[in-house]
Amino acid sequence: MTRLGAPVDRMDGPLKVTGAAPYPSDVAYPDMAYAALVRSTIAAGRILEIDVDAARAVDGVQAVITHLDAPRLGRAPAGALGLPPPAPLQDNRILHYGQYVAVVVADTPQQANEAAHTGRIRSRSGRERPAGDPGAGESYVEILARNGLAELTADGESTPPDPAELGMAPSGAFAAKFVEVRVDRDLGRIRVARMVSVVDGGRILNEKLARSQVIGGTVGGIGQAIFEETIADAGTGRIANATFGDYLVPVNADVPDIDVVFVGEPDRMTPTGTKGVGEIGLAGTAAAIANAVYHATGRRIRSLPITIDQLL
Amino acid sequence: MRPFAYTRPRDAAEAVALVSGDPDAAYLAGGTTQLDLMLKDGIVEPRRVVDITRLPLRGVVRTDDGLRIGALTTMEELAADAVVAQRIPFVREALLFGASTQLRNMATIGGNLLQRTRCRYFRDPTVAACNKRAPGSGCAAVHGAARMHAILGASEHCIALHASDLCVPLVALDATVHLQGPDGQRQVPLRQLYVVPGDRPDIEHVLEHGELITAIDVPLLPAEAQSTYLKIRDRWSYEFALVSVAAALVLEDGVIADAWLALGGVGTVPWWAPDAEQVLVGSRPGADVFAAAARAAITDPFTVEGTAFKVPLAERTVVRVLEQLTETGA
Repeated sequence: MTRLGAPVDRMDGPLKVTGAAPYPSDVAYPDMAYAALVRSTIAAGRILEIDVDAARAVDGVQAVITHLDAPRLGRAPAGALGLPPPAPLQDNRILHYGQYVAVVVADTPQQANEAAHTGRIRSRSGRERPAGDPGAGESYVEILARNGLAELTADGESTPPDPAELGMAPSGAFAAKFVEVRVDRDLGRIRVARMVSVVDGGRILNEKLARSQVIGGTVGGIGQAIFEETIADAGTGRIANATFGDYLVPVNADVPDIDVVFVGEPDRMTPTGTKGVGEIGLAGTAAAIANAVYHATGRRIRSLPITIDQLL
Repeated sequence: MRPFAYTRPRDAAEAVALVSGDPDAAYLAGGTTQLDLMLKDGIVEPRRVVDITRLPLRGVVRTDDGLRIGALTTMEELAADAVVAQRIPFVREALLFGASTQLRNMATIGGNLLQRTRCRYFRDPTVAACNKRAPGSGCAAVHGAARMHAILGASEHCIALHASDLCVPLVALDATVHLQGPDGQRQVPLRQLYVVPGDRPDIEHVLEHGELITAIDVPLLPAEAQSTYLKIRDRWSYEFALVSVAAALVLEDGVIADAWLALGGVGTVPWWAPDAEQVLVGSRPGADVFAAAARAAITDPFTVEGTAFKVPLAERTVVRVLEQLTETGA
């Protein structure tokens, strides 16, 4: 059976538009209770004490569950990625910010939320541990105390430099692309014969890597210029070439010698002097190929990909 | 994917009996098309797969007037054959312009002859209109995105292409197919193996269900013949042809004494062009003769918007091939 070509009514459309659809919070059962979760406000350490008396005293609260009285759960066995995280509320360790440390159960959601913000948790935060002596270590508070400081702050500021001072206009990476193509005048076949990319990427940190990145983008540009097209079937809107047998990307035989030259100087606008060489390998490649086809044939092709049938 | 039974028969007779006796059974050889159609596209769903890959139908032997090619010979093996390279080099070229090395190491010659069309509408089971898959349902490709489709032997009922490269020089050479069925063996000229679709695109060839291709007899060209296979495609490797031409000529005293010509990428079946051969034989090579041969090769094309360019492209490719073989032209 196929549903192609026939519009399908969304069964939940009218419900959502009129507001008649029930949401999970609208669902109620007799004697239903509501829970609110209390999360850790530190990233690492141990819970020293949890005062739940005040929370338990809030009107409507039925229970406050912490690691002291939560049921003990087994830990799932190790998988391919190692041990899974421990179940919540199993002991007093805090392993990450926002970890669940208590569950408050009440008659209404409002009561549960109110109680969850009542009470006090005293915890000890993580410690700086000297390398080679995992038993030792002191907390940030202890480090400050040892240095006679109540707090430690560091202020800094940064203002974009003035291009006039730098003698350099702010810019991203840019490049010039040189392309030579050969076009069969009778059969319309296009062969990209040679490509040179001249790139100002600021300071190049790893020339081999940057060069490979630009070559990869340039090959992508060949695909953009003369192969790649997502064809929609006009009758159904479906993609009519949704396999790599039908959607063409360049193969090795389509890729000529590609040269990459890095020019320019370190960018004085950025601390590392880099401009980045991400997309710059691709940018301009298809336009340069189209220009080369124009130069070779006198025909300005304005829709990509440029294919044999357009050049006959 | 529908589950299927897998059987590996001991000899060809057992294989033929298994498939002939079960309408839901199918042969499996190289599998390079069959497994796509079964496992990925889901448009061929045999209940029994009969694996013939270990039957003794592999290898190339010299006969009095040509080569007998076992149906399970791989494309790569045939391309490596010394006689093929010397006496029918356009067959070697057609083989090596097809698919990829990995596929050619798996794909068999028998399977190549019976490969199914690449038409995406045929291979997409969610497309309702496909006369080849569901007779009478119409043809989505005629009104859809057609480019890799046929212009010869085509009609509003079906424009699905027979995409084989190998078959193009083989129909030019008048190869003969050996078949083994439940009632014995017979031979069919390759040119008559295929059925131009008409209003029944589901009928692709004259084989009975269960008939097995065991070998192909391929005549050799005269030693003095020049041949070539030119394949035009968007990409320079690993793509089916938009247009291809297999041609061979024998020149005697500046006159074309004999000619073989066939086209790929344009026909619902591998397209032999006898009228073009007739134009050439007895003529002196030249632009007018080549243009006339090209026109004779492409008669009564049925085109849609996406395939109209194939008419001039095919004609120009024929001319180019003839220029190359006679070292004339630009």
